[in-house]
Amino acid sequence: MAIQQISVFVENQKGKLLGTVKTLAEAGINIRALSIADTKDFGILRLITSDNQKAMEVLSQDSVVNTTRVIAAKMEDEAGALYKVLQILSDAQINIEYIYAFAASDDFGAYVVLRVSDVNTAQEILNEHGVSTLDDKDIVEL
Amino acid sequence: MGKYFQPEIETASREQILAIQNEKIVKQVKHVYENVKYYRDLMDQKGVKPEDIQSVDDIKKLPFLTKADLREAYPYGLLGTDLKNCVRIQSTSGTTGKRVVAFYTQKDIDLWEECCARAIVAAGGTNEDVCQVCYGYGLFTGGPGLNGGSHKVGCLTLPMSSGNTDRQIQFMMDLNATILCCTPSYAAYIGETLAEKGYKPSDNKLKAGIFGAEPWTEEMRRSIEQSLGIKAYDIYGLTETSGPGVAFECDAQTGMHINEDHFYAEIIDPDTGEVLPEGSKGELVFTSLDKEGFPLLRYRTRDICVLTREKCPCGRTHVKMSKPMGRSDDMLIIRGVNVFPSQIETVLLNEGYTPNYQIIVDRVNNSDTLDINVEISPEQFSDIVAENQAKERKLEIAMRTMLGIGPKVHLVAPRTIVRSEGKAVRVIDRRKLHD
Repeated sequence: MAIQQISVFVENQKGKLLGTVKTLAEAGINIRALSIADTKDFGILRLITSDNQKAMEVLSQDSVVNTTRVIAAKMEDEAGALYKVLQILSDAQINIEYIYAFAASDDFGAYVVLRVSDVNTAQEILNEHGVSTLDDKDIVEL
Repeated sequence: MGKYFQPEIETASREQILAIQNEKIVKQVKHVYENVKYYRDLMDQKGVKPEDIQSVDDIKKLPFLTKADLREAYPYGLLGTDLKNCVRIQSTSGTTGKRVVAFYTQKDIDLWEECCARAIVAAGGTNEDVCQVCYGYGLFTGGPGLNGGSHKVGCLTLPMSSGNTDRQIQFMMDLNATILCCTPSYAAYIGETLAEKGYKPSDNKLKAGIFGAEPWTEEMRRSIEQSLGIKAYDIYGLTETSGPGVAFECDAQTGMHINEDHFYAEIIDPDTGEVLPEGSKGELVFTSLDKEGFPLLRYRTRDICVLTREKCPCGRTHVKMSKPMGRSDDMLIIRGVNVFPSQIETVLLNEGYTPNYQIIVDRVNNSDTLDINVEISPEQFSDIVAENQAKERKLEIAMRTMLGIGPKVHLVAPRTIVRSEGKAVRVIDRRKLHD
């Protein structure tokens, strides 16, 4: 369960991000969701792609990459939707390292990606509370 | 007090100095051979007997000692006398974290302090001066050496040690310090801080500064002299031979007089070990002529310089060495601290990193900066910012423990460190200290 996210170490230098994105484009990989965390020395590009296996293959040739399991939780299109999700996690004492959002097609709706301290428990608890989450095969079909 | 601390010896004729050296070396080699097994073995391997050394001309027959020997013989292997005769150790950092430990008898301390006293008097010091010593006190030789020299001259000594610049300035101004002893970069920093506080160079009572323990340029000298309103004197030394005061500058400011009655200096070709003729540029080698606790013979300093016997207007007759022009090994001197790239490599390997790194040394506002780029591997890389930063901090702490100074560590992508002809460029020194 949960989904695989790819993280890429991107140095704070001209053309580095461009090069990474170009690699994905040339391999015909579609980026479903992304976020970038930047520090003084480097950035961390976090990606969810249409074909993670292939993305890892092509990116690892020139970059430092690793993978992490993250949760993609569906957001209802209403006020308080994110609050509800975070409250569930908070009650379960699950810490969030970072969070970002993406919107898929109309049929699929909007999602938040959650990097949490305990991904399995978090997913179970969210599902118990009626929050639907994606798995890897959903991402391919998005 | 006059121009010299010990006028007879400091202005002795070449013949007198040679006579002193010849007498001392014969005794010293015999003593070392009989008391220091490590060196006796080296002499035996080379087939040299104490009787072969009849004058300083024969010193070239003796085997060299290097930092590697000091490491090998750590801690007692090069001790020249019973421990009960020793009263002090001083120490410096070594290549793999193992320190060099030097032993001193009371006589060694007295002679060392006399050498420092010669330096202070050469900078115009008398018993009416107030000498502020802001070299570090403790294992580092800077503070204890100049402190002892200042006592010998009879200056009122302010044993400040390093750091706490506000307090340094308060004592300097309130107690009318006239001579400042510290690293040149710290002197420059004090000058800047004084200006920031609104003091003019003429507001302080300083007349001279004795600065050493790290490389500095003529431009830096002029800038310190202007900012503090003083004359700045260079001083040279190393823990292996005693500490600061092995050589010191006079008011001619054209090189440092080596205290030749205690230290015999040679310039060698660092590749062949051959002694080079006077005036050649090469590696400086010292033989302690009368040290008891730690009597090193033919110790290779790795400092590249030139010796000159040109007549000095100050009247001193001892040979002068140029400012070190570089190193014959890869040692860097950063904020007065000896740093070897191998130490950094050791830390990286201990912490589970590959030894792919680059050291960048620069001088910003007259103070050295040390940055270390470390190539990250996929195993160490985290998607969480704080975890990567924690790795940088952990490396910084480990480096600080190993080196004695704190660097800034930056994680970089693999294969980003410049390689020339397949060999990584490990050190980029942007300080432009040498021609």
